[in-house]
Amino acid sequence: MTEFLQQLLNGISLGSIYALIALGYTMVYGVLRFINFAHSDVFMIGSYVGWFALQRFQFQQPSFLGGMTVLTLAMAVCALLGVLIEKLAYKPLRNRSTLTVLITAIGVSLLIQNLAQNQKFGFGPNPKAFPPLFPSKQLQFGDLTLSTNQLAVPIVTLGLLAILYWIVHCTRTGTAMRALSFNATAASLVGINNDRIISFTFALGSSLAGAGGVLYAMNYPSIDPLMGTMPGLKAFVAAVLGGIGNLPGAALGGVLIGLVETFVSGTRLSTFRDAIAFAILIAILLFRPAGLLGKLKVEKV
Amino acid sequence: MVPPKSQCLLIALLAIAALISAFSGRIDAYLLDVALGAGISIVLASSLNLINGFTGQFSLGHAGFMAVGAYTSAMLTTTLAPKLLGQTELLQWVVFPLSLIAGGLLSALVGVAVGAPSLRLKGDYLAIVTLGFGEIIKVILQNLDAVGGARGLTGIHTHTSLFWVFGSATVTVYVVWSLLNSTFGRGFVAVADDEVASEAMGLNTTHYKITAFVVGSFFAGVAGGLYAHLKGYLNPSGFSFDKSIEIVVMVILGGMGRHSGVIVAAVLLTALTEVLRSFGDYRMIVYSLLLIILMLTRPQGLFFWPLKGKKST
Repeated sequence: MTEFLQQLLNGISLGSIYALIALGYTMVYGVLRFINFAHSDVFMIGSYVGWFALQRFQFQQPSFLGGMTVLTLAMAVCALLGVLIEKLAYKPLRNRSTLTVLITAIGVSLLIQNLAQNQKFGFGPNPKAFPPLFPSKQLQFGDLTLSTNQLAVPIVTLGLLAILYWIVHCTRTGTAMRALSFNATAASLVGINNDRIISFTFALGSSLAGAGGVLYAMNYPSIDPLMGTMPGLKAFVAAVLGGIGNLPGAALGGVLIGLVETFVSGTRLSTFRDAIAFAILIAILLFRPAGLLGKLKVEKV
Repeated sequence: MVPPKSQCLLIALLAIAALISAFSGRIDAYLLDVALGAGISIVLASSLNLINGFTGQFSLGHAGFMAVGAYTSAMLTTTLAPKLLGQTELLQWVVFPLSLIAGGLLSALVGVAVGAPSLRLKGDYLAIVTLGFGEIIKVILQNLDAVGGARGLTGIHTHTSLFWVFGSATVTVYVVWSLLNSTFGRGFVAVADDEVASEAMGLNTTHYKITAFVVGSFFAGVAGGLYAHLKGYLNPSGFSFDKSIEIVVMVILGGMGRHSGVIVAAVLLTALTEVLRSFGDYRMIVYSLLLIILMLTRPQGLFFWPLKGKKST
């Protein structure tokens, strides 16, 4: 029972990070209808920004305020990076076929990964140790031992989700975002500046990925330029699982994938943990292609 | 009955391949190695071209299918065949080609399993599923002790010669070409052009997509077998996402849905890899920049010129 609870918390913690990344995929898919492959590399850059910030500030000991500063900084840098990618690579392709944009996205992803791996321009291929971000404490509940770091991830995620919900549902920009994802042409007809909203969506999604990157590095404190690929793919699976284009779906899918993966890791099948997410993806595509919370759209001609 | 022109050409090319192969002992070993690599690239790129170019789907798992074929044929020639037949001359001339075909068939079978669920859906899903499939294959191979696991499979006989490589390349290009020029094959291009319209015309689009996928993965498997018997050593990490991307770049560079362009691109990129070998770290940077710049400026590929009277897209 104790082990079960322990694993449950691990799963929720991992799943929250997947949820943060998945939201970026789902938002971009909502407005532009394509998979932003470079998203997983924005996540990786996020953890490197966190690493650099922690190196630079040289905190005497990890403090809550310092941790939040680092997190905000990583989110800001990633938001900028997201907008930059969108402006440079995707905007010139606005009316081209999905395939062209998809291939460009893969190109951008590979470029970021390989630049980051390069010794001269980037961080070099070797993993780096990520210093502690928040003050950590072990809490004891009967047999159950919890570290505050593990609790911090879902709590920060919930906070970010609340902010996201507020932006999407209670601000004019958020309303414009929803309008754009509903019908882009109609949105521009009623005076919404589509390009600005798309950039804003990229900024929002990328900042969440940045936060995810820092939180991931905090729990798995070794970062390298290729660290984004697997969490990125799993987060994408999470987005599809929840129904792509659907925000609560992405969050739910993320947590579910995180839970399944953690529980599989605890069994004899642990070496196959990376394959599980894709098995789920194929099953979802077979039985419920619209995802858990999504609605299947019929294409009209 | 006189066979049609294209079949004469096929036989002639096969004869030329055999002829050159007879003298391959005189060719510089390094050049020979590059040439064999280029030939395998032609098989891979032409088969992916059928899926990504002509049928307009987007597969990112070609390296995975290659791995299935490579391991299957390597296991057949190294363990199964010697056990049944002993060490004979037969091994090179009968068992090896049969093992290539067996590798291709198994790879095609896996292609059905992967393609059937994902091809019902629109483009981007296939990309992700095939990408994931490539990863699954890698994980399975790394965990399978029978094929060496993460250490890799060693001691494969090096049967691959110029004849087999260019013979396979010729057959691949011929099959893809004649498939597309048949009455049935026009459907592939129709699916790529407009899926909804071709469905309205009564084409079974899913059927076409799966056919393209199966034929494509069959030849990817054959290419894998050739690769295994060329290097004599297999490692799961050699069939990673980067390998798939390499093949995708060939198809895109050559112009999706161009036979000759893709062949030129396959040869060119294999040569480029050799040139860039000394700049190891920069190779993938160059690749990815190439991909982005191509998509921004010439999405139709480098070697594409609009034909007279045909509207280019």
